[in-house]
Amino acid sequence: MVLSANDKTNVKTAFSKFGGHVEEYGGEALDRMFVTYPQTKTYFPHFDLSHGSAQVKAHGKKVAAALVEAVNHIDDIAGALSKLSDLHAQKLRVDPVNFKLLGHCFLVVVAIHHPAVLTPEVHASLDKFLCAVGTVLTAKYR
Amino acid sequence: MVHWTAEEKQLITSIWGKVNVEECGAEALARLLIVYPWTQRFFDSFGNLSSPTAIIGNPKVRAHGKKVLTSFGEAIKNLDNLKVTYSKLSELHCEKLHVDPENFRLLGDILIIVLAAHFTKDFTPACQATWQKLVGVVAHALAHKYH
Repeated sequence: MVLSANDKTNVKTAFSKFGGHVEEYGGEALDRMFVTYPQTKTYFPHFDLSHGSAQVKAHGKKVAAALVEAVNHIDDIAGALSKLSDLHAQKLRVDPVNFKLLGHCFLVVVAIHHPAVLTPEVHASLDKFLCAVGTVLTAKYR
Repeated sequence: MVHWTAEEKQLITSIWGKVNVEECGAEALARLLIVYPWTQRFFDSFGNLSSPTAIIGNPKVRAHGKKVLTSFGEAIKNLDNLKVTYSKLSELHCEKLHVDPENFRLLGDILIIVLAAHFTKDFTPACQATWQKLVGVVAHALAHKYH
């Protein structure tokens, strides 16, 4: 997935509009993912996954922070997320299909909170960006 | 056979009752063609699909989007009988249209996002989960007669 200059601008602009809320969006996306795709809960047997869980919120902040890091280094997402990529390959080993599921839920959250931001073009750019992040995180799996 | 709880049926019909099928269908199909441009392969006869603006304004896209979502409405009326309801449509998509069923999943996810943008906070996690189940089941029914 190659991000065009336009895609990068769209993603950066969108994230600037999310502002400080992006941490909440991470938590909300996870929450929706657990409800919609229960199989994703298998990666969190050690968590309280009930709605409103503090652990899910905290984890959502981490996920959001990583996305923001990727946005801030959008010309080199692989470099920016290299350590996270190692972590997912060696320790977490989340099946690659799940990144699409979380990405989709993140887009749903964006649609809910910023419907006007999510024009078809921005939707396309964000989708590509989230795919790129997923690809980087699974790049060292084998 | 898919089982639907009373709550799920309620979540489906309460949302569907407020959907403008023409607008929503047009938007969903346009977004499919914009976000996943390879899906344009099925629409050579639609004319100008050269840009998001062209796609959104294309009357054939609008008309076809309405057609697709109207058909979706039929699914909602026949939740307990989907495979039979979509039997002929499934054959059509396989034998005449040659559409990879993956495209039904893509359109389903796009529809979810369009609904989310439209209903915002009313599109609760429970709502999303129910509708994801619905679009999945519809996609499955449409793929059922493939051979």
